[in-house]
This record gives sequence, C-alpha cells and structure tokens, in this order.
Amino acid sequence: MPVMTVIEAVREAMREEMRRDSRVFIMGEDIGARGGVFLATDGFLQEFGEQRVIDTPLAESSIAGIAIGAAVNGMRPIAEIEFADFVWPAMNQIVGVASRIRYGTNGTKFAPMVVRMPYGGGVRGGLYHSQTIDVVFAHQPGLIVIAPSTPYDAKGLLKAAIRCDDPVVFLEHKRTYRLVKGDVPAEDYVLPIGRADVKRQGADLTAVTYGLMVHYCLEAARKLEAEGIEVEVVDLRTLAPLDRETFLESVRKTSKAIVVHEDYHTYGVGAEIAATIAQDAFHDLDAPVVRLTGPDVPAMPFAPTLEAEFMLSPEKIASAMRELAAY
Amino acid sequence: MPDDRASSAPSRSIAPEPRPGKLTASDLVGMYRTMVLSRVLDERIWLLNRQGKAAIVASAQGHEAAQVALARATDPARDHYLIYYRELTTLLALGMTPLELLKGFLCRDGEPLSGGRQFPTHGAHPRVDLFSFSNVVGTQLPQAAGVALADKMRGEARATIVYFGDGATSQGDCHEAMNFAAIHRLPVVFFCENNRYAISVPLSKQMAIENVAARAAGYGMPGVTVDGTDVIAVFEAAQAAVARARGGKGPTLIEAMVERLFPHTSDDDHTRYRSADDIKQMRGKDPIAILETQLRRQRLLDDALHTEIWAEAKRIVNQATEQAEAAGFPDPGDFSKRLYAEG
Repeated sequence: MPVMTVIEAVREAMREEMRRDSRVFIMGEDIGARGGVFLATDGFLQEFGEQRVIDTPLAESSIAGIAIGAAVNGMRPIAEIEFADFVWPAMNQIVGVASRIRYGTNGTKFAPMVVRMPYGGGVRGGLYHSQTIDVVFAHQPGLIVIAPSTPYDAKGLLKAAIRCDDPVVFLEHKRTYRLVKGDVPAEDYVLPIGRADVKRQGADLTAVTYGLMVHYCLEAARKLEAEGIEVEVVDLRTLAPLDRETFLESVRKTSKAIVVHEDYHTYGVGAEIAATIAQDAFHDLDAPVVRLTGPDVPAMPFAPTLEAEFMLSPEKIASAMRELAAY
Repeated sequence: MPDDRASSAPSRSIAPEPRPGKLTASDLVGMYRTMVLSRVLDERIWLLNRQGKAAIVASAQGHEAAQVALARATDPARDHYLIYYRELTTLLALGMTPLELLKGFLCRDGEPLSGGRQFPTHGAHPRVDLFSFSNVVGTQLPQAAGVALADKMRGEARATIVYFGDGATSQGDCHEAMNFAAIHRLPVVFFCENNRYAISVPLSKQMAIENVAARAAGYGMPGVTVDGTDVIAVFEAAQAAVARARGGKGPTLIEAMVERLFPHTSDDDHTRYRSADDIKQMRGKDPIAILETQLRRQRLLDDALHTEIWAEAKRIVNQATEQAEAAGFPDPGDFSKRLYAEG
C-alpha cells in the first residue's frame, strides 16, 4: 500500500473524483498554474484544463456563491478557501445560504458542494494564517463539517464529501499536510461521513479529539503507556453530524474523559461533548470531564514563544491526562 | 459512474431558439392582462395583511411592466431565474398561479415554493428553474454567476436572469459577481429594478453616479438604462441581452427605472422619508396606466376589453383567495424534515 502525506491524499482524492465524474470541478485562489499555496492541485491545470480548474479573483464571497449556483445547477464544485482565516467574507454564502437551501425549498433544491480550507496553528502563521474555525461551522444545522487527521481518512472522507448531496465544509489541518504520513489504498474507497474512529484502544481514560490534536494525543498516550496508563483515543473525524455513540461507548468503558481541541475553549466542541457525556454517561463517570483546548485569546500570536504558549502540545496533553488518570 | 439523479436542476430538453422579433398586438394585451392580474392580486394581499391574515407583503406595484416584459423575452423551459423579494409579476408571468402565491402569503399547506418555511415568494418554483434562497440582498448575484458557469461548462445555451433592486448594488457580492461573469463571459442577464430607494435610503445616498448601468463599463460588459414603465423598451433590451447570453458573448447589465408605488413592505411607512411631492410624482408613473393609454391609443384596448380584463382578474383572485383561506396550515411535525439528503 502506498505511503502518502495528508496533502498527497487530498490531492489524490480530488484527482480521482475529477477523473470519475465530469461534474466535479475546482475553483479558488492560486489553484491553477500555482497548483495551490499548499500544492493541493499540483498538476491539475495540465490534466483537467482551465474549464475545470478555475483560478478566481481574490473574492471569497463569490467563490462560495458561485459554487452554490453551480451546485444547484447540477455540478459538483470544490471551492478552495486559501486559508480558513480568509473565509469570513464567504460566511454569508456558506452559513447564511448554503446551509438553508434544502430546508428553505422544502427539499426541492440542494447544493452538493465542498468548501475546503486549510486551518490550524503551529505553523508560524500569526493572527491571520493560524485560525481554527471548526465550531463556527459545526454550530450551523444544514452543514456537514469534516476534519480528518490522517491521510487514509482525508482521502476516504474527501471523496465521500464530493459525492455527498449536502454542502460540506472540509477542514484540513495544515500542520498535518506534510507532517503526517500513512498508508493509503491506491484504489477507490470512501469512508462514512458522521462516524468517529477509535485510533488507539485503552482502558484507563478516553481522549476525544480531532485534527492535529489526534496525533498529539497519540504521542501523549505513548508517553503515558510507559507509566502504566492506557489511553483510548477517539478521533471524531466528522464534527457535524456528531457521532456521539462512539465516544459515549468509550467513556462507559474507561469512566474518564478528556476532550482535546485547538479551537477556543468557551462554547467549543469540548462543551458539547462534555455536556453529552454528562447527560448520557453520568453514572459511568469516575471524574469530571476535562476540557483541554485553545485559550480564549482572539487569535494565535506570531512570535515563537507566544505561539508555543497558545498551542497545545503532547507534553501539555500528557500532563492533563496524567492528572485525570490520578483522580 | 456519475449518478444523474443526484442533480438538483430540473432536467429539461432544449427546444429550438424561440423566434426573435417584435412584440405583437396580442403580446401587448397579454402583458397588460398579466400586469392587471398582478395588481389585483397585490392589492388583495395588502387587504389580507391589514386584516391580519398575511404577515408581510413586499409589493411589486410599480414594477409590473419591467417584470412582465423581461419574462416575455426569456424562455421558462430553457432559462434560469434568480429573483429577489419584489417579483410578484415575474412569478405570475412565469406560470405560478394566484392560488399558489396566496398560499404562500397565507402560509397554507401545499405552498409550493418552500412549504411555508420561507417568506412569501421565496424558495423554488415547482415547474421552472426559478429560485430565491436568501433575504440578504445581493447574495443571488454570485449564485447566478455559478448557475451560468455550470451551463457554460456543459455547453448549454441558456440564459441566467438575476433580479435585484438598486439597494443590492451596494453589496460586495454585486461587484464580485459582475466581475466574475464578465471575466468568463458568462451567460448572465443582470436585471436591476431601480426604484431609487433602498428601503428608505435614496439613490443619492447609495451612489455618487446617476445610473447603476454606468458601472457595467468598469467590468467590461454592456450596460443599458431603460424606462421600466415601457414594456417595449424593456423587452427589446432584455431580448438583446438574452440573445447575447445564449450566444456565448457574455453578460449584460440592464437597469430598468421603475417606481415603488407603495412602501418597502407592509411594515414600512414611506411618508417618513419621501416628500409629498415625490409621492405625488411617482404615482403619475404607474406602469399599468401608462400601458393602458398606449393600448387605447393603438386601438388595442377599448372599454369592453378593459372591463373584461379587470373583471376576469378579480374573479380569479376572489376564487384563489377563497380556496387559499380554506386550506389548512402546514403540519407542525414537518418542521425539521428535509434538512439533509438523508432525513
């Protein structure tokens, strides 16, 4: 089985879907001759031509709005937002319109589109190239939000997203792009949207997480293993719809839960998961649910010392897990 | 393999190009008939609003000529329509019935545009590719560019007509859409119904130039301003724009100057921001009275036909009101259905 990075898996998923289905096309900033700022569309212009690989002006609202129009008119657009930090001008089209098309037409119109965006910190991106934006989309019913962590999941879920009949926000953590490698089948496969995945089995506590933090949690779990603490790592993979059953089942087994995410603390994904556990697994708990998250600071600072303080790390996570295990 | 069922666009075969040409006498009378039906229906909806039965109305009174003439220049079996909230005449001209529309205003069961989920006239036409998704003005313009892009990619000769008021032209979406459509020579007809008021804000506080159409030059597309009370002028401009779009030559911006004879909506009071003189003057530009004078001058309309047309409209609207009021409300248990493809 070939070994790929996350960015290679993303590229492979799009290439396979564009070869398979003539309705699929991609549009965004610098995706043509440049091949995308992260090279997600490297070689696409040569293979698929200008008609299906559309370099857009720097105008995010219309990137999303044009994708909506093409989608309701029978195409399968992939809209790339260059950085998640740049998506705000498009929020009206994505959150305000795309999410409500099926609902607002009583099911007669729908927008099968994917909005891909690199997100996340730890790349010296400063205030405007580091943002996590997960919960902003996950809070809006009508959108599907996917945030894979591995090359295998990225390929299978992106292919599923392109075939999905609802609007999908596909979040790619840019620190995983080249950092994370893994086996990816060369053949066609899709993974189910809305299904979490247990990335590591363990009996002592459950870590619920997604994106880059999956890898930090796995690294922390390896440290704790040497100390005799077995951590189970649940990768949500899809934030909306949320697979509650997989993490609840894990918590019922381990009786302790820590939610780890890079996005802000207050009103975050962790709050939703902690509330779900409190409601549906209260009697199985041996400790309060812990949330280890990004801080409530407006955005990630640039200087390396400041950025390191903002970001979570395997060490910070291991320390929180150790404390929880000892409770 | 691609699954063709997974397309949300209605599948329609393309008929041969409709004949170009001029409006006939019967076209003109037909347009007058539709305008009268729209006016009578519009007045009825105001009445239902004041009776507390219709929650809101954004009146099309004053816009009827522009809307009916544009519709006549298009082909509902071929073209796409992205409307905004003041398009009652467009909807009638494109085949929706007064009963279907009244069910929307009264939120009755079987309302075909949105099942009573959206404001009246929003949602999707059950038989024509016409839709209105959002109340945020201007959002439909980039969507129209996308609809047209899809046609262009498939090599289909269809026009996409996108409707908006002068207010929407201040939005960034308007700029982005016109720019993109012009770059890619997309088959879009940008149709601005300029009634000189963005709710209460007059044109002079919306833009420093005289006409919206002047902006077209900045995008590299033709822009034309027409008298929106003149059905022939609107028809001819629209016909040229539609032919240009379907012929692969690119977008056109048409600005139809119209009057908004009533306040922005039933929740507005235009005497707070329009002078008595302004109101008096705009009432003199009622497109129905203007077309009526023209038809009488051309001996296409006499008293007998006039009486017949107005009586027919009243009969249709009376019957539709009765039927709509007799219908029940949407089933509350339905409110969370059809949210995603599955479920």
